[in-house]
Amino acid sequence: MKKNRNVGVVGVGQSVYSSHREEVNQPEMIHEVIQEALEHAGLKMDQIDCVVHGNMELFEMVHQPDLWHTIGSGTFGKESLRVTTGGTTGATLVSAADHLVASGLHDIVLAIGFEKLQEGHTTGGITNMADPLWARQLQTGALTGMTADDLIAEFGETRAKKASMLYRIIMDQHAMKNKKAHRRLGLEFDQAEDLAKNSPALVGELRMIHMCSQSDGACVMIFASEEKARALCPQPAWIKDHVTVHREELFGCFGLEPVVSTHRYAAEKLFKRNHIKVPVKEIDLFEIYDPSSWWGLDWLRDFLLLEGDEHLKMVENRDIGINGSFPINPSGGVIASNPIGATAMARVAEAALQIMGDAGEHQVPKIVNQALASGFGGTLWTALFLLTRELSKEEA
Amino acid sequence: MAERVGICAVAQTTYGHDKWDVRFQGMALDVLELLLEETGVDFAEDTGIGMTISVSDDIFDARTISNNGMTDVLGGHFRCEEKVAQEGIQALYYGMAAILSGHVDLVLVLGHCKESQPQSRNMITHKAFDPFYTRPVGLDFCAAAGLQAQAYMDQSGLTDEHLACIVERARQKAVRNPFTPEAQLLTRIAVQASPMLADPIRELHAYPVSDGAVGMILASEERARKITSKPVWITGVGNCMDSFFMGDRDLTSNFALKKAAQRAYQRAGITNPAQAFDVIEVSDQYAFQQPLWMEGLGICPQNSAPQWIEESGPEKNHVNASGGMLAGNPLILGGLIRAAEAARQLRGDAGANQVENANLALAHGVMGPAGQFHSIAILEGGSQ
Repeated sequence: MKKNRNVGVVGVGQSVYSSHREEVNQPEMIHEVIQEALEHAGLKMDQIDCVVHGNMELFEMVHQPDLWHTIGSGTFGKESLRVTTGGTTGATLVSAADHLVASGLHDIVLAIGFEKLQEGHTTGGITNMADPLWARQLQTGALTGMTADDLIAEFGETRAKKASMLYRIIMDQHAMKNKKAHRRLGLEFDQAEDLAKNSPALVGELRMIHMCSQSDGACVMIFASEEKARALCPQPAWIKDHVTVHREELFGCFGLEPVVSTHRYAAEKLFKRNHIKVPVKEIDLFEIYDPSSWWGLDWLRDFLLLEGDEHLKMVENRDIGINGSFPINPSGGVIASNPIGATAMARVAEAALQIMGDAGEHQVPKIVNQALASGFGGTLWTALFLLTRELSKEEA
Repeated sequence: MAERVGICAVAQTTYGHDKWDVRFQGMALDVLELLLEETGVDFAEDTGIGMTISVSDDIFDARTISNNGMTDVLGGHFRCEEKVAQEGIQALYYGMAAILSGHVDLVLVLGHCKESQPQSRNMITHKAFDPFYTRPVGLDFCAAAGLQAQAYMDQSGLTDEHLACIVERARQKAVRNPFTPEAQLLTRIAVQASPMLADPIRELHAYPVSDGAVGMILASEERARKITSKPVWITGVGNCMDSFFMGDRDLTSNFALKKAAQRAYQRAGITNPAQAFDVIEVSDQYAFQQPLWMEGLGICPQNSAPQWIEESGPEKNHVNASGGMLAGNPLILGGLIRAAEAARQLRGDAGANQVENANLALAHGVMGPAGQFHSIAILEGGSQ
């Protein structure tokens, strides 16, 4: 279906991501980021028509936090919407803002994703996601060693472990270029062997060093209709299309076979709709929601419609580096910073910044015409976005 | 807006004070099956439901990502599901935007809540207050409503007798509504004798604890006409957020409600709200809110509520012909159920409570302490 009207990203704000943002409370942290986003867009709060807000209540144990956050979010007197869809929340907020502008209901919409994980117990919170009767005893927060096992079984222990650690170190080198990233460890490639052996094991071969952080932080994006976006911004990032694909909670309930990953399913649908045949050639970079370096590594194959060991080769050849042929997470990604309700939005925001040319020190050294961004959450839910630098003729 | 969005079907469970024998997934499944049966739609990749909007709340469900437990029921198998974690009527706002954007043309909306699960819903709404200033005072939505009721009754001259009238009438409607089977008739004397919850709010002035689920199928105008001969059009939506600290607000001013209504009226092209509606469904969590919200909506003039009630205003304006929230609907679903009840009226499906020739309706939802956030949908019958 044709989009009713085009929507562009005109402003982005991100907090410093950190394990402890004790110097600010929730509304203050959001306020800080909204100011940055408004400044980036050259807008004032009274020009915003609607505020979209999201996070997960049980992490901070605040009921309907948009109510309290009004004192920092500028929502007073405005229309608003609160959507929360697990780990994908940040991405869902982008979908919601895109719909609200594209529908013609609003010209300029501001979306806020936030989390202050320090104020709750993240692993306890995520464990609480599982069904109390059927799955809670098995749930270990977000920690799963299954993907590591799968990769080791498929590609051999030595190669799989090396590739996963290489991915991890490349991400850290990206994070070192992003002053807002939470974990900036300064890892070097020659530490790989030592880390693979000595980093504390979490579950099987999933080690502390592979896993994402739990962070405090907020991300804000401002979306505008084509007309407003062109007037406001020399280079908006256009929201070309997005696909959300969920899976049921009890994977077995529709039968186990054939197993198609939600990532591949979403990618095939998105690329087909947008006439993309060879994603790694036609798309310029990918901000992937990579909760661990095992998952990041594994999921590249599905999202980019690769076969066999092509995804491992991309990592081994360092194609995924910021200067490589297909940069992954120039921002450092989720392994570096993970304030859950903001995390998926930060992926889309970082992709937009790359298109706008405003990513600063971690700007990739090429023109970004098309960028991919993914959100992840729940039981392997995925939300996949395609952003573009120009609108095609039929869209314009 | 070039096109309209239509409600093609509505379905609800009954609402009861403790549905201990059914999980929230089970309540939702009952609603989903009714909707699919009535409309004949499915979850097929290109032609089926393109997006599901669930409505639930993590703390009420005691589940992080409470929609996670719903994906089995809501077509989450390789399909799009998103969750509105706000007053449920906002799912109409979002569904309408998604359809008008051109992204999808068929949307399932399904909300659930089991207020019976927590020991006290006040413990949950207590958590909506900021942890530094207002939570230590012990506020919850009921206590906040008490403060608002004090201020409003002082200003308007509304009395305990008026509130008893509102509750008496709500129960008369509720016993004729098949979805509130537990409702019983009450005398005004019984209402006035019920214990205080948050002075001047009495126990029988407050909506009862309830469990239930409600759903709708929304579609673009073109598809809606193919799916049903009785579409209900969403012709206007509007919402507004007030400031958070109650000391920063004038609790009787209806600031947010007036703005929300203004936006909805403007989008629906309504210029005379006092006379425009055949059916009005408002979220009256507490009896005093029914007249207060009426003033905010411009249905009765400012500070005229006592007279309006004495002159049978609620009956003449067909306010909450369903029994309203006072008959028992869970907190986060109140507005969505109001819209469902309004749609039943416009489709001529409201049974014993049917308002004759109902064609234009207003549905209202509210969230937050003392009405911090209001959301409104204007619905129009399919004969247009």
